[in-house]
Amino acid sequence: MNTTRAPFKLFLARWGWFVGLGALLILALVSYGRNPTSTEAVLASTVRQATPLVLGALCGLWGERSAVINIGIEGQMLLAAFIGFLVNVWTGNLLIAVLAGALTGALLGALLAFMSVTLKIDQIIGGTVINILALGLTGYFYQQGLTTQGKLQPIPLGPLADIPLIGQVLFNNPPITYLTILIVFISHYILFYTRWGLRTRAVGEHPRAADTLGINVYLMRYVNVIMGGALAGLAGAFLTLEAVGSFERAMTNGRGFVALAVMIFGKWTPLGSWGAALLFGFATAMQTQLQFMGVNIPHQFIGMLPYLLTIVVLAGFVGRARPPAADGVPYEKE
Amino acid sequence: MSETFVLEVRNITKRFPGVLANDRVNFTLRKGEIHTLLGENGAGKSTLMNIVYGLYSPDEGEFFIDGQPVDIKNPHDAIQQGIGMVHQHFMLVPVFTVLENIILGSEVTRGTSLDLTKAREQVNALSREYGLEVAPDAIVEDLPVGVQQRVEIVKALYRKVKILVLDEPTAVLTPQEAEDLFRIMRHLTERGVSIIFISHKLKEVLAISDRITVMRRGQVVGTTTPADTNESGLAAMMVGRQVVLQVDKGPAQPAEAVLTVKDLHVLDERHLDVVRGVSFAVHSGEILGIAGVQGNGQTELVEALTGLRKVESGSVTLDGAPVPPRDPRFLFERGMAHIPEDRHKHGLVLPYSIADNLALVAYYKPPFANGIQRNEQAIIENAVHLIEQYDIRTPGELLPAGNLSGGNQQKVIVARELSRAPRFLLANQPTRGLDVGSIEYIHKQIVAARDSGAAVLLISAELDEIMSLADRIAVMFHGEIVAIVEAGKVTKEQLGLMMTGTSAAEALA
Ligand SMILES: Nc1ncnc2c1ncn2[C@@H]1O[C@H](COP(=O)(O)OP(=O)(O)OP(=O)(O)O)[C@@H](O)[C@H]1O
Ligand SMILES: [Mg+2]
Repeated sequence: MNTTRAPFKLFLARWGWFVGLGALLILALVSYGRNPTSTEAVLASTVRQATPLVLGALCGLWGERSAVINIGIEGQMLLAAFIGFLVNVWTGNLLIAVLAGALTGALLGALLAFMSVTLKIDQIIGGTVINILALGLTGYFYQQGLTTQGKLQPIPLGPLADIPLIGQVLFNNPPITYLTILIVFISHYILFYTRWGLRTRAVGEHPRAADTLGINVYLMRYVNVIMGGALAGLAGAFLTLEAVGSFERAMTNGRGFVALAVMIFGKWTPLGSWGAALLFGFATAMQTQLQFMGVNIPHQFIGMLPYLLTIVVLAGFVGRARPPAADGVPYEKE
Repeated sequence: MSETFVLEVRNITKRFPGVLANDRVNFTLRKGEIHTLLGENGAGKSTLMNIVYGLYSPDEGEFFIDGQPVDIKNPHDAIQQGIGMVHQHFMLVPVFTVLENIILGSEVTRGTSLDLTKAREQVNALSREYGLEVAPDAIVEDLPVGVQQRVEIVKALYRKVKILVLDEPTAVLTPQEAEDLFRIMRHLTERGVSIIFISHKLKEVLAISDRITVMRRGQVVGTTTPADTNESGLAAMMVGRQVVLQVDKGPAQPAEAVLTVKDLHVLDERHLDVVRGVSFAVHSGEILGIAGVQGNGQTELVEALTGLRKVESGSVTLDGAPVPPRDPRFLFERGMAHIPEDRHKHGLVLPYSIADNLALVAYYKPPFANGIQRNEQAIIENAVHLIEQYDIRTPGELLPAGNLSGGNQQKVIVARELSRAPRFLLANQPTRGLDVGSIEYIHKQIVAARDSGAAVLLISAELDEIMSLADRIAVMFHGEIVAIVEAGKVTKEQLGLMMTGTSAAEALA
């Protein structure tokens, strides 16, 4: 029997990521040769810009893999950023502050899980409730003039940090950025290589089948949404405690929604999401760099860069992805 | 004093809104026996089994395992008690591999990781031991139903079942696959597994069962053995009246061709050529049956004829008009009716009410719509009428179709399609999962449609159904039609030979 699938399409579907990665690598090397300082700056900034995005994407991913759509990531990040900041103001302890941020995200996750798993409210509405709640609370309790006692500082990893280019980009980062890279790989491992991951995916694809095998669908969904919430909380803590060092109203600035896009571009996989987040991060970093260098293009156009790049890459390289089959559907017994 | 049963349920009662699905049901299972549950569509068989498996909780009743009272509150408890179930609608995760489906919920781990290597060995050992061939790394959605079912059985064996419930396992199998299943079932009982078997096919029930318990409207009517009864005895016990098991029809009066297919080529998902140059015509006033082992291109042929799948080359015309690609409405507007193979995927919108499902095809036209507005009253009236006419067992027309028993879901589709007085009827496994009484009725309706001038294309894995209903029979093998014969002039054996690749010249010699 004859197969008739366009070989080029097949090639792109399978190797698209590597082709893209390879091209970027070559580009990076060439540009490093010509201008080491700004290349380093752009790439280091890429990694940090990507941090909250990939954390948010992982939050969405853990929810959706178990069939709970979370559009409240923005709110989870925002409130966590705020609480983390306040805790730091009160205690002066950055570790406790970061934990408080993660805990805030987790609690909002529990709220979302309660609304969508137990009450079976429409999940989009549940997420919106969280976004509005976070916006309202942070707006109401926000006080001007509060200052923190420092923020998380980069920790160079010994001699690794001295490697040209890579050293500054990968091995001289503040703690949440390191942690995030670790979390990406741990998430990948859990999702695809452990019992928990298998059950999570089953619950997202065919909850009744999982139920008939003695798996507690509701419990799986609760835990995943809460753990995801903690990751979104960590992203919030990153913003106030690592990136900026202070809180401003609505400072998440849509990152929670971009994170969802990142998750989809990453085809609901942790590594894919990381790749997508880096791409977004890179475009954002380029945008800043271009404005900084005073390139003669209206800044509105430069501002479009992240989005344009996304569209081009998506259209060109990423094949069609399929969301979990039960995504967004509450589970009814009987 | 009394015998100890592997499983005994006493006085199980289960109510759904408006239905008494199980009414003080008693049931016993002996070690190593095959005990068949028989009953009309909606009699409460699946409900009883779902209760035994812990998926539904009974309103009243007790369970005993090996004589000991036990509590089964969820599937986890049932699995602990050694109960396994293959559901009427399979419970497999389509995007998972066979192996992942089998181990799900009972995973073997090494440290924190899944130990797929060990699991694969265990599964391979199981499939060798029981002669259940499965490819552990195949993706389930790519597999034919017969194989999916094998996966379900391996899944149960993997959990070391003592009691295996098979809810209508043969409804979706070809006769060959069913034979395979029976061999496996006997093999299992020899090893001490006890089996509860549900089926509507009386022949196989008589052949395989040790005991047979018949249910009607939620109650147990009685228990018998194959030695003490026969097909018509069972049918009468189930339905409560005599059933005519033979189709009674006059000779066909074929007139002009309604559907003409010329040199049709169709590809499947993997872009393999699965329908290869098929040509035939279905005439007004005749039933053309397509016989073939499942997976020889019938599914893709039907999808192409109904506009669900792209036609690679060749032509399909309906009353002389070429059928445009992917335009099901064109077909419906010209009087095509379709009873699809997979009732969940293509036949029903499960969360919609029965009434809406019955109006699904013509919802945009009067009487179901006035301009852009739905005409609720017409939709309800239509439903009430069809529920009565087709004996759909339901507490009301507003029940979601998904809450109907499997056979009653099928009746909803058949009622909708036949009630439109079709010009061309494409019936793909039209009586799958129906009880004998309903089959009798639906066969009559199909013959009536033929007699009023419809062209009928019948596809069925049941050779008996094809032989008794069709006027002409086309045999499909490897994507080609290898012969078209008059129904009266061919034996079951000859058909069987052609379906498995013997050339027509040889088979009919
Ligand atoms: N989840 C549910 N909600 C409401 N009613 C239900 C539900 N499940 C089953 N029923 C009703 O209970 C009755 C028994 O259904 P059941 O599925 O047990 O029948 P069955 O004997 O298995 O029939 P079939 O041979 O058609 O599969 C039917 O009237 C059905 O409509
Ligand atoms: Mg049933």
